[in-house]
Amino acid sequence: MSRSVFDGLKFRRVYSPIHNLDPRIKFIYVLGVFVAAILFSEILPLLALFLMQIPFVLLAGVRKEWLRSLRGALFLATFIFFTNVLFRFIGAGYAILPTDVEFSAAMTLRFIVLVESFSVFFLTTSPDHLGLALEQSRVPYEFSFAFTTAVRFVPVLAEEAETIMDAQKARGLELEKGNFMKRIRNYVPVLIPLIVSAIRRSLELAEAMESRAWGATKKRTNLYELSLHRGDFVLLLITVGVLMLEIYIRLFVPVPTLSQLFL
Amino acid sequence: MIEIEDVHFRYPGGVEALKGVTLTIRDGEFVAIMGQNGAGKTTLVKHFNGLLKPSTGKVRVDNTETTKTSVASLSKTVGFVFQNPDHQLFSETVEEEIAFALKNFGFTEEAIGKQITWALNLLSLAQYRKTSPFMLSGGERKRVALASVLAWDPQMLILDEPTIGQDHEQKERLRQFIVQLQTQGKTVVIVTHDVEFVAECNPRVILMREGKIIADGKGKEILTNRDALTQSSIILPQIAQIFTHLTALGLAKNVIDIYEAKEKLLRVWRKAEE
Repeated sequence: MSRSVFDGLKFRRVYSPIHNLDPRIKFIYVLGVFVAAILFSEILPLLALFLMQIPFVLLAGVRKEWLRSLRGALFLATFIFFTNVLFRFIGAGYAILPTDVEFSAAMTLRFIVLVESFSVFFLTTSPDHLGLALEQSRVPYEFSFAFTTAVRFVPVLAEEAETIMDAQKARGLELEKGNFMKRIRNYVPVLIPLIVSAIRRSLELAEAMESRAWGATKKRTNLYELSLHRGDFVLLLITVGVLMLEIYIRLFVPVPTLSQLFL
Repeated sequence: MIEIEDVHFRYPGGVEALKGVTLTIRDGEFVAIMGQNGAGKTTLVKHFNGLLKPSTGKVRVDNTETTKTSVASLSKTVGFVFQNPDHQLFSETVEEEIAFALKNFGFTEEAIGKQITWALNLLSLAQYRKTSPFMLSGGERKRVALASVLAWDPQMLILDEPTIGQDHEQKERLRQFIVQLQTQGKTVVIVTHDVEFVAECNPRVILMREGKIIADGKGKEILTNRDALTQSSIILPQIAQIFTHLTALGLAKNVIDIYEAKEKLLRVWRKAEE
């Protein structure tokens, strides 16, 4: 499971209209979806938000990776659904009501919408672009560099974790064995080498960067500059439009639940 | 014995790393698997202890199919030492590091103590018994990793890139050590790019390229087969290079051993003097 979640965030260098969009605008879009998803707890608008992402995914040609990230989120989604059902079940005096099931489904969908929009963002935005965007938004270079490096190293670490697990399995470690506490302890032989090698790697990276004149001048120049194009303005318009529509609906239009419509 | 029957393997990402490999490694054999980066060497050996299961085809270890058993139980017969020791060291002392696998396999406390001493002495690590593995040098960490696998005395041993980061003396020790395992009837498989090391060991050599085996035979034959080596991005061992330039003297091309080379050259020299 752990691996597939990371796969859903792993950037691959391909070119599509979505990949070429300005990361700042794309981030505003993700935030817009985020806010909209928080505004509603009814299933219909959340469903609309969910479906809204699909054209982006298809246009960007990252369908496979995107599906994998959804599959990775499945475990947590199931967990969210069942805890919601459980607490509503207890809250309703030990009775299962269709409205409660629907509410739980809506909460799960909200989570999935958040995951999928972030997944689309990271799948279609190169770490370099992200760094540029941060820099041009006047974030100090040290911070933007730290951030992009962290993002870039997530898949590397995931791969390393896989190798470490293999190495320990070859020494007779059975990760899936034992009760809950034992299983958590089983991960110690995986986590320690992972952390140690991450620290080692970061020290090496620091030395390599210093030997390439990191921080030698106050003002760095960039090979590429981000600039807004027509597509970016279209996306911005869509984002603002959708957000305004959602806020309007929230304030002035009663949103029916499925149970109200069909029961 | 390891039997591989027409194995294909595709990674979840979609890369087909093995495209039909058939191979038998008999008990007591010493095999070196060579080939360019990405040829599928590590993918292949990861099938030997069940870390990877074939997409199609069969892998049998001592007549048991790897799909029908766990990595942990296969590991008891097939020890696998990974390339980078930092991918497995995690304990506070070298001693505990070596004990880890032994505990997993359910050795008794008495047996664990005995095996640790044996493995430490074998790899001249005895003075580091209570040291943290993280304080050791790269070469020493590599030996600790090796000791932590050898400790349970597996019948077959797989070493992924064992010579990387080792100085010449350590390489020579590793070679003698493998010879020693051989005399005990153990199977040893190494994955390596180090052509000089393989030439000195003279094992059975398997060349891989793009997920297939392109040559398989005695070290002396394969390492002097320029065409096959070129296909796997491997250069002839230095002695073989010299001998390919000396055919005018009536010398055979297929020489990789330093002592054999010396004998042959001396013979030519003496003949010329007569």
